[in-house]
Amino acid sequence: MLLYTRRAQRIAWAVFAFFFLLLFALPFGVLVLAAFTKQWNGAFPSSYTFSNITAAFHTDPLDGLETSLITALLSSVIALVVGTWSALALDAVRNRVGKTLIQTVFMLPIAVPSVVVGLALLVAFSQGPVLLNGTNTIVVMAHSILVTAYAFQQVSAAVTRLDPAYEQAAASLGARPYYTLLRVKLPLLLPALTGSLALCFALSMGELGATAMVYSADWTTLPLRIYALDDRGHQFVAAAVTAVMMTITLAVLLAVSRIRTRANYR
Amino acid sequence: MTAVTELPPPAPAVPGGRPSAPANKARRSLAWLWSTPPILLLGAAFLYPLYLVVKQAIEGSPPDPTNPFKVTTSFMDTLKDPGTRTVIKNTIQMAVYSTVGCLVLGFLLALIIAFVPFPGARAVSRFIDVFLSFPSFLITVSIMFLYGRVGMVNHIASALTGGRHDTPINFIEYSPWGIWLAELIYFTPFVMRPLLTAFSQIDTGQLEVAASLGARAGRVIWQVILPEALPAVFAGGSLVLMLTMNEYGIVSFTGAKYQTLPVLIENFAKEQTNYAGACALAVINIVLSLALFAGYRVLLARMSGGRRAAVHA
Repeated sequence: MLLYTRRAQRIAWAVFAFFFLLLFALPFGVLVLAAFTKQWNGAFPSSYTFSNITAAFHTDPLDGLETSLITALLSSVIALVVGTWSALALDAVRNRVGKTLIQTVFMLPIAVPSVVVGLALLVAFSQGPVLLNGTNTIVVMAHSILVTAYAFQQVSAAVTRLDPAYEQAAASLGARPYYTLLRVKLPLLLPALTGSLALCFALSMGELGATAMVYSADWTTLPLRIYALDDRGHQFVAAAVTAVMMTITLAVLLAVSRIRTRANYR
Repeated sequence: MTAVTELPPPAPAVPGGRPSAPANKARRSLAWLWSTPPILLLGAAFLYPLYLVVKQAIEGSPPDPTNPFKVTTSFMDTLKDPGTRTVIKNTIQMAVYSTVGCLVLGFLLALIIAFVPFPGARAVSRFIDVFLSFPSFLITVSIMFLYGRVGMVNHIASALTGGRHDTPINFIEYSPWGIWLAELIYFTPFVMRPLLTAFSQIDTGQLEVAASLGARAGRVIWQVILPEALPAVFAGGSLVLMLTMNEYGIVSFTGAKYQTLPVLIENFAKEQTNYAGACALAVINIVLSLALFAGYRVLLARMSGGRRAAVHA
């Protein structure tokens, strides 16, 4: 408690409500409104329609949805495996310099602009022995690189919070390291793993910078389609596709957060 | 069951304590062995390509004998170009302004949620959290509907004044402030999240003691809350500084004449197929964002050092 008079509290709440409505609630609401708008000439839409939503599910943007889902799923699973692996390996490394080195290398994709991640892949795989320019592999690769950094960060934080007593107890009872990993450590880490899977999925669904560099005509993700729709003046269809994308992302996030384990109940 | 009796007691003080010394060495080399596959993977997929970017930025694109008109820009050419300089200035300016805005707004909002709680405060902070998982360019789209030239607010203002003030708000599409507003909205949650965690760990008894000794709210914030929350301010601020330097979606969706480095890189590579120029810009962008990050770190270390001393004196 910081403010003790009723009046001061009210002022603080009014300030909060002002910024919250203007900057967070209204922009969100307006986007949903636009998704159902047919014509918008005045302050509020003059007529509403469902045709934007049906248009969003029409063949062209729907291909984008499928592309986005496949890309997000593949890259978040890759990120989870690589990120968890390296987080666990990092935990075992005792050398301070080595630890910092691994951390820096894995955090680098966050420090580098996503556009540059795309550029680097373009430069490396447009010539030479491995040609990937224009394939869907390069898009999945770009997404995987970007989200692995986040997966590593999340899982690594959870690993350091892990109580070593469980692992030691298992080891003292004669459990081999791989058994301890499989039956003790990973189950304890499961909430962090599902959490970072959800984060990676959401980030990949909304990725624009790197994808804009490496996409090809037959592997165009939803954000790029929305960009194109917006550019051609179809704002309401763009808003509808956006609403569909947001709904699906949120549904996946919710579904993942429902995965409960015994670790949650500890 | 002999295994149990043979095992030495676990070392108490060492965090994650490993059993004994001779086994330790073998373990350690094994740990290194385990960490190589993901590093090799990242090296092939990301570090080597990144090295090629730096290489091409320094060397410029090789002259093409079959195409005498091909542009061969070198790093210095790109750096000397006045257009590039303006874009570099824009990038730094936007990142600094956005970070400052996010820190101020994020601190204020988190402060109210944590210390002047109201019913539904948790739900509100959850709602703001959802913004973290949105694609950034959505913000630009929605504030155009809302505050754009033909947006909702302008229509309402026009109706209220009887058409005398048609477009009182006219900055989203035509000035950098539209980009700033979008970045403020999108990146503020990144500051709020660590701040809320830090605020929840502050002992409210401290605040009450300070208040009972006659400190006003402003003084309590400045001398009790801020020093405690400084690591969180630092964490959120450094992340936002880096992310705003590297932001592409928001800037490119606005379609204003205002360009930042990531947008120019995309333009060079995709529209002009000038890879060498794009690589040079990329190197500049990476160096800048790391330098700004380092500068921010130094500044904050100095600030927190000073504050600590003041508090303990």
